[in-house]
Amino acid sequence: MIGNVKIDVRDLNVWFGQNHVLKDITLKIKRNTVTAVMGPSGCGKTTFIRALNRMNELIEGSRTTGEIYIDGKNIYDKETDVYELRKKVGMVFQKPNPFPKSIFDNIAFAPRIHGITDPKTLQEIVERSLKEAALWNEVKDRLKDSALDLSGGQQQRLCIARALAIKPEILLLDEPCSALDPSATAKVETLIRKLAENYTVIIVTHNMQQAARVSDYAAFLYAGKLIEYGGTRQIFENPQNVLTEKYITGKFG
Amino acid sequence: MIPGRKVKEHALFIICSIATLLSIAGLIILLLDAFADGLPWLDFQFLNSLPSHYPDKAGIKAALIGSVWIVGLTALFSFPIGVAAALYLEEYAPRNWFTSFINVNIANLAGVPSIVYGLLGIGLFVESLTLGRSILAGALTMTLLILPIIIVASREAIRSVPKAYREGAYALGATRWQVTREIVLPSALPGILTGTILALSRAIGEAAPMITIAALAYINFVPTSPFDRFTVMPIQIYNWVSNPIREFHHLAAAGIIVLLGVLLSMNSIAIYIRYRYQKRVR
Repeated sequence: MIGNVKIDVRDLNVWFGQNHVLKDITLKIKRNTVTAVMGPSGCGKTTFIRALNRMNELIEGSRTTGEIYIDGKNIYDKETDVYELRKKVGMVFQKPNPFPKSIFDNIAFAPRIHGITDPKTLQEIVERSLKEAALWNEVKDRLKDSALDLSGGQQQRLCIARALAIKPEILLLDEPCSALDPSATAKVETLIRKLAENYTVIIVTHNMQQAARVSDYAAFLYAGKLIEYGGTRQIFENPQNVLTEKYITGKFG
Repeated sequence: MIPGRKVKEHALFIICSIATLLSIAGLIILLLDAFADGLPWLDFQFLNSLPSHYPDKAGIKAALIGSVWIVGLTALFSFPIGVAAALYLEEYAPRNWFTSFINVNIANLAGVPSIVYGLLGIGLFVESLTLGRSILAGALTMTLLILPIIIVASREAIRSVPKAYREGAYALGATRWQVTREIVLPSALPGILTGTILALSRAIGEAAPMITIAALAYINFVPTSPFDRFTVMPIQIYNWVSNPIREFHHLAAAGIIVLLGVLLSMNSIAIYIRYRYQKRVR
């Protein structure tokens, strides 16, 4: 794994006020793989991925210690430009959150704020991103329509396309299917597998079957601690920790 | 069956209906009275004439134009300041004792009687800043008066922009200003505009602060610059009502109709803006 490490998390601790949410997390994530982060509600899954693009900072009273190296650079360094970091580490939220703008403007939002103004370039980016997110064929004739008129599943793929528009290297997905119906979920899962060809994907999920279907690696968090981390098959077929086994077999969670 | 439940239900319905009718009745009586007295006097000559000692020749032109000047300049001053203050308080200000102190004071300022603002305007703008009894002094006084209302309304509108929009934009690498300009302001704009127009329509109906600035002056010319003396519609109406000659009371009624017309059109614009933006966002 050594030469292929994309993300290297060392002794990550996060507090919200007095609440110690993540405790001494250390793990390495491989380039161009899908890593599932699992665990019961409130175990710190979302906080963990939000540490990777420093979104926790937006919450008042949050505090982070430890280091996270992306391509060998500590993102918690003083010199790190957080806006460039978030450009490199895209994120898709649990509930689809398209902006109240047209489909086109949703996708063009990120390139625009990062300085791309040429209409032709923007047009190309929108088309490429929507194709990558497997949404192009459904919306190509109505790019000017409000994104809020799309169905839930389409909105979530739009949010993925929106994140892809600035060519991130890492994609964080926070329970991206929890608000979707089974057929929309299947589409997004297929998409996630395909995205792993070009991106390093980290997906938070509650759904064990989903983790087994889409991920190469799996991390199990419990009460803010990393209990077990390894290949998805190994975690599901031969868990080393009794807590992991209990969670996977549905004894709690 | 709980005995009397239906009776109570019925009684409450009747009581609430009467309450609604009473409040509307007040408006209807006012309108009927004003229209009966004023409508025969309301014509182009009335709109296009300066005040006069002869009721037949008197008109509301000077006061109407004065009101337009005041509202226009007030809008020009209060909108940017109010929106910027609201943005600062909602998006930038740290949550500390100083911010809470400002919050409490803005809420209190919104409740200060308007005559107090008028006296402040006399002391500050007319005398200390030597602007005289000018339109500029009046507009600045009105700005102080309605700023708290605009700030409170704009903050409500800004706060109602879903957090998910902001997070989505931040996650794409937007700076705070980019999030504010591209996401927060467009979403909050209908609410901000509605609040501003309603505040301005309050300004146009205010007489108390203008009495101190404009004084009950006899203005028989149309103001052409912000440094001119002026009068506004509520003051002109008050002047006519207090005139002992009966005909002037009819002129006052006609003036009330004009004032109400301006107010209602401003409120309709507010409703229209809200409606249009809601449709566009949906």
